[in-house]
Formats: sequence, structure tokens, C-alpha cells
Amino acid sequence: MQARVKFAVGAGVIVAAVVWLGWLGASQSKTYYHTIAELQSLGARAQHEHLRVSGTVVGGSIRHLPGRVDFVLEEQGQRLPVSYVGRDPLPDTFTDGAQALVEGRLMPDGRFVAEQVQAKCASKYEAMPDTAPAGSTTGGRAGQVPR
Amino acid sequence: MNLIGSYALLLALVTAAYAFAGGIAGIRSRNPLLLSSARRAALALFPLVSLAVAALLYAFLRDDFSLAYVAEHSSRDLPVMYKLAALWSGQEGSLLFWTWLLTAYLFAVLWVNRGRHPELMPYVGTIVAGVSVFFLLLNNFAAQPFNLLAQPMASGGLQILRPADGRGLNPLLQYPEMVGHPPLLYLGYTGFTIPFAFALGALLARYPGEKWIHLTRRWVMLAWAFLTAGILGGAHWAYAVLGWGGYWAWDPVENASLMPWLTGTAFLHSVMMQEKRGMLRVWNVWLIFASFLLSVFGTFLTRSGVVSSVHAFAQSSIGPWFVAFIVLVLGVCTWAFVKNRDYLRSDHRLDSLLSRESSFLFNNLILLAAAFAVLWGTLFPVISEAVQGTKISVGPPFFNRVNVPIGLFLLFLTGVGPLLAWRRTSWSSLKKNFGWPVLGALVTGVGAWVAGFRAFYSLICLMLAAFVTLTIAGEFYRGARVIRGRTQTSFLSALGTLALRNTRRYGGYIVHFGIVLIFIGLSGAAFNQDRQADLPPGSKMQIGPYTLVAQTLTSEPGPNYTAEQATIEVFRNGRSMLMLYPARRFYTASQVTETMVAIYSTLRHDLYVVYAGRNPENDQPVIHAYLNPLVKWIWLGGVVVLLGTILAMLPGAAPASAKPAGTATAEAAAALTEAGTPR
Repeated sequence: MQARVKFAVGAGVIVAAVVWLGWLGASQSKTYYHTIAELQSLGARAQHEHLRVSGTVVGGSIRHLPGRVDFVLEEQGQRLPVSYVGRDPLPDTFTDGAQALVEGRLMPDGRFVAEQVQAKCASKYEAMPDTAPAGSTTGGRAGQVPR
Repeated sequence: MNLIGSYALLLALVTAAYAFAGGIAGIRSRNPLLLSSARRAALALFPLVSLAVAALLYAFLRDDFSLAYVAEHSSRDLPVMYKLAALWSGQEGSLLFWTWLLTAYLFAVLWVNRGRHPELMPYVGTIVAGVSVFFLLLNNFAAQPFNLLAQPMASGGLQILRPADGRGLNPLLQYPEMVGHPPLLYLGYTGFTIPFAFALGALLARYPGEKWIHLTRRWVMLAWAFLTAGILGGAHWAYAVLGWGGYWAWDPVENASLMPWLTGTAFLHSVMMQEKRGMLRVWNVWLIFASFLLSVFGTFLTRSGVVSSVHAFAQSSIGPWFVAFIVLVLGVCTWAFVKNRDYLRSDHRLDSLLSRESSFLFNNLILLAAAFAVLWGTLFPVISEAVQGTKISVGPPFFNRVNVPIGLFLLFLTGVGPLLAWRRTSWSSLKKNFGWPVLGALVTGVGAWVAGFRAFYSLICLMLAAFVTLTIAGEFYRGARVIRGRTQTSFLSALGTLALRNTRRYGGYIVHFGIVLIFIGLSGAAFNQDRQADLPPGSKMQIGPYTLVAQTLTSEPGPNYTAEQATIEVFRNGRSMLMLYPARRFYTASQVTETMVAIYSTLRHDLYVVYAGRNPENDQPVIHAYLNPLVKWIWLGGVVVLLGTILAMLPGAAPASAKPAGTATAEAAAALTEAGTPR
């Protein structure tokens, strides 16, 4: 009986440690998914969260500047100016009209500073008539891929 | 040919339904004729599905682009090897492939056990046939591989299209590993169906004793070995192809393969508790249920797009089918458990905390905690959306924080567990078995500290690695010494005899040693460095001990792509060592560019060079170089794990006579007698 109690205590300690570590890790790496429209209504709260936003790259909005790339994302008529500051080159799939997913933070002036950009080029697959569900789309990502 | 394939699948569905329903009716009525015809129907599934697979492969080889699946996943210029691999590169094909492997397993298990275990095998055949019914339903109605490309005409009819060329295979998949990795992973996933069927069957049949565990041991190990190889193959593919310098990103699809691996590993250990001590019967049944369900769940995650992932190559609305199936299986398992739970009562209780039993319990607890943490983190976006209304994802810091300490604790148990005695261990035997390993770990720790190894977890990992290696070496040494003393052979041949006598035990040790090597490799990640620079021909960059000098930037034609290739000469201490050719390929059919990484791999570290394209500001080529220490140990460890698993699956030779001698050799002698216990 005593062994069972000892084991239960040991197991309890382990489970508590795992939960605590999980809580620490989660609070350190939480990323909130929002639409562009939601960002505007979140107000100041949005500036404290690590965010993930998706949208379509507005045609002609990509501008390569020293140290960063500016572009505009659009979703359901709402626009969001983005500055990509990551070190890695943008994925090849990142072009005008591509579906892009950016991760980073919202600045007080409303500009989104992205550390990571993923892009999906969906156009190739929409061009052909299709009987089956949309097949594979190639994704690419830039930025420091977390490890 | 397409019609043949299509009808073969339909016939297979009907046959599977008959094997399932006939099996149930046969079991209930105890009608031998019905049972025998249901069994034959189950055997017929494999040839039928093989016919469908052959038909699809034939369509790929013939470039039959009237088939939607072929048109989407192949092109005329695709090398033949990849045309065959295209079978599992999309949803419809990979689900067909799943069914095919499942029916192959079903065929094998019925064939191997023909004429044996007449009370249990009908249950096994019926349950696997039931699972086949589900996948064949998908193949026939939800993800048909033989759909024709067609578009509706104004008249209301359909016009069959036959494009001149296909869209090509996703370039990320055009890599030799992609030919091997998915089948291995799928063999692992589907393989868990067999032990699942045995467990559920034994529970339903109230099959006496632990016999189902002996019957399934090799099947579990086979599935586990395939899954291990599949996961490591996938990690290597991610490392060598995706070009971000890492091998594991806690991506949902990676996690999906890890979860059944964790529960399967727990099962492989905890069944020993049931075999030797009659404990943990309920736990084992649920572990194998969980492993099977997580395998199906893994397929579901990969295929449904519930959680976004860079690896989810095919996404569609197939999700509800899987959810329904998982709920159904869970319901059947729960019902069987509630109905027959008295059959699973334990014989013994835990005697002491310092015992083999308790080390197994901790091993299981910790593996399950890891599996649960991975599941929680993977589903976090789904859970948070349901609870809070906002999708929130957790990243690698979550997974690493939880799983790194868990992994290290497991590594510790790997060293300790096998040397603890059943029931209770004395302090004197602890001292005898662990004296040298503990000393070795301390020496390693001090040595590594002096050598500049300061990352906490990596240091602990190295110390534990030394500890476990020495405990394993000690076991081999003690066992071989006993044999040499008795047979007067050389030490080396005594080692061989030892391993072949008790394959299960010593194969297990070799697997553990492989795991140690993998952990050493993982510990290197704390010391990764990388640099990125514009590197026009003639200029150089330094990383670690290497100097990279850009030579040329050329355009090279390939069979279905053109490559822009950088030629980089690598110097070390002023001496030219080798040339690396990182490149970017532009695939003609899919109009997609892919990175080809160049890796120079040594035991000490990998020099990993990526040509990252041209800098848009000045049009100069950008080179991203990584120096990743110890990565090669991971792949070496994987090979050792597989060799150990193969050894453990071999039948062991029973010893002629093994009398426990003095106390010093008692444990080694016990090792030999264990070979005589039934498997």
C-alpha cells in the first residue's frame, strides 16, 4: 500500500510539473488568430499580443525597402499595411494576389510588423476545371522558422 | 483499366462488408461455415485492392490525364520513380494506399495464424474488415481515385476532358526520401490496426490469459519500427528539403505521427508488466486502443486541414467522415470495455517504488503525459476557438518546455529501468549495477563542462547518455562473461551468443542505445549557429571553422526543371575541402521554385548551405549557411534503433541449462532464463 502512495505522490509531482511547464510554454508562445476587421476593433489590446493575420496581397503594393518589405493585405474589403522585417527572403510564392499569412505585432500607428510570412499560391489550381477537391497547394514560408 | 480499378474498389467494399457482417453473424451463431466464408472474404480484400492500386499506377505510367488524380499529381516529364510515388502524394491516392496496406496486413495476419487460435482469429478478421469497410467507403464515395476530369456542358451532360499534360507533382515531394517516407509512416499507422484488433477481439471474446499479448508482440514491434522509420525519414526530409536548417518544428502533421509513436512505445513497455506480473490489463487495452485511434487521428489531421500545416498536402472536406469513424470506434471500445471489464482485473499490486514495475509505470506516465501535451498543443487552436471564440495557437516553446524535460526523464528511466529487479530492488544491487554508470556520467559532465558545453539541458542530456550507454554496456559485459565462462569461446562470439539467446532483451538494449544516439544528436541543437550574407562570385563568408567562397552562379537544366546553382568552395584552415552546390529549381509543370540544400555532414557537425535566391535590393545571390552540431547522430541512432528492433523480433534460442550461479552472475543468468519464457 505504501508503495502505491509513494507512486501516486511521484506521479502527482510529475503531472504538476508538466502542467506548469506547459503553462509557461503556452504563455510564452501564444499566437492569436484574427481577421483584419477584428484587429481594428481590438484596439490597444491587440498591441500586446503576438498575432497571426491572413489576407490577400494587394496587387502592386509590394515595395522592397532597405531592411524591410512593405505590402498591404486585404480581406473582405479591409486593408492592413504590413512591414516584413524578418531576415529570410520572402517565399517565391509571395506575389501580387497571393494568399499570405503574417505573424508579428501590431504597432500603435496601425502598421503590422511581421516577423514571419507564409504565402500560398492558389492561382495555378483555380485556373483548371476540377472535379475533385482542390489538390495540393505549395506553401512557402519566410522568417525565422521556430525550432 | 480505370473501370477495372473502379469496380475492384466497389467489389472490395461489398466483400469487406460481407467479411464484417458475416464475421459477426458467424461469431454469434458459432456457424463454422459462415466463419470460414467470412475469413475467405477478408483474405480476398488484398487482391481486390491490389488490383485497384495496380490500375491507378498503370494510369500514372501511361500518363492517362483523363483521370483527375493523375492530371493533378503527375506530368509527362515526371521521372518514373516519382510517377509511382505520386500514388500517395494526394488525398485520394493516399487513402487508397492506406486501404491497400490495411488489407495487406489483414491478409498477412490471417495467413500467419491459419488454423490456429480458432476462438480469437474470427474476431481479429472481423474487426480489421470493419476498419476496411470505413476506408473503402472513403475510397468509393468520399475520395475516389478514379474520377474522370469532366466539366458540365450546356446540354446538361458531361464533357470528358483529357488535358495534354498534367499539373505535375508538388516539387516538395520530388525527392528520393518522399518515395520511402510516406509508405513507412503509413505502414506504421495501419500496422497498429492489427494489435488493436487482437486487443478488442480478446476483450470481446474474453480470451483467457495474456495470450493476445504474445500473439501481437511482433505485430506491435513491426508497426512501431515502421512508424519510427517513417518519423525519422520525415524529419530527414524536412531537414534536407525544406531548407530552414531544422528537422522538427512541432508542426501538426509531425505531431500527428509522434502521438501514436508515444502511446505505442508506452504499450511496448507496459505489456511486459502484464506478461510477467499480470498487472495493467486495463491500461494496456486502452493504450492500444489509443494508439490505433491516434493513428486514424493522424491521418485525419494530415488530410482534413483542421489545423493548418505546411505539410498538409491535401486538404478537403473529408473531416466529418473521420470524426464519425473515430467516435464510432471509441463507442465500440467503451462498450466492449464496460461489458467485459471484470475480465481485465489485475493479479498483483505494486510492491516497491524501487522496482521494475514502478519504473515501467513512470515510463508510461511520462510517455502519456508527452502524448497528451502534444495533442493539447496541436489542438489548441481548435480548443481555444471552441472555448473562448478566438483561435490561439501555441508554438515550439510550448512543446519544447514540456517535452525536453520529459525526454530527459525518459532517457534516465531507459538506463535505470532494465536494471531494477521485479518486485523490489536491494540497495546493494543498485550500487553494483549503477556505480560505474554514475561515475561515467559525472566524468562526462565535468569533461563537457570544461570543453565549453554550457547549455543546461544539453549537458544533462550528455551525462544521461553516458549513464545509459554504460548501463547497457555493463549488461552486455556481464552476460557475455557468464557465457564465455561456460563455453570457453572468445568474448566477441559470447556477445553474439548472448544477443541471439535472448533477442528480446538484448534487442531492446540495442534499441535503447539507438535512442541514446538520437538524444545526443538532439542535444546539439542548443549550439546551432547560422549566418546569412550576399555572396556574389569571388566573395567569402565565415561560419564556424569553415570559409565559404562563392565561385560561380550557373543555370543547369534538369528533366522537368531548370536549376539556378551556386558553386561554393569550402575551406577549412586555409585548405580547400570540397565544393557545395546549393541550388534553386524552377519546375516547369507546376511553375514553382524549390530550394535544394547542400549539406556537408560529419559526426561533429553539418555544414548546411542554402542558396536563398537573389537579394531584391541589389540582385546579389544570398547564401544562408547553418552549422548544426551532431545532427548525423540522429540518423545513425535511427538505424541502430531499427537494427535493435529487428533483433528483438527474431525468435530467441532457449538456453540448454541456465542455473543461477553466485550472486554476482545471478542477474546475467536470469537474463538467459528469461529467453525460455514464452513470447
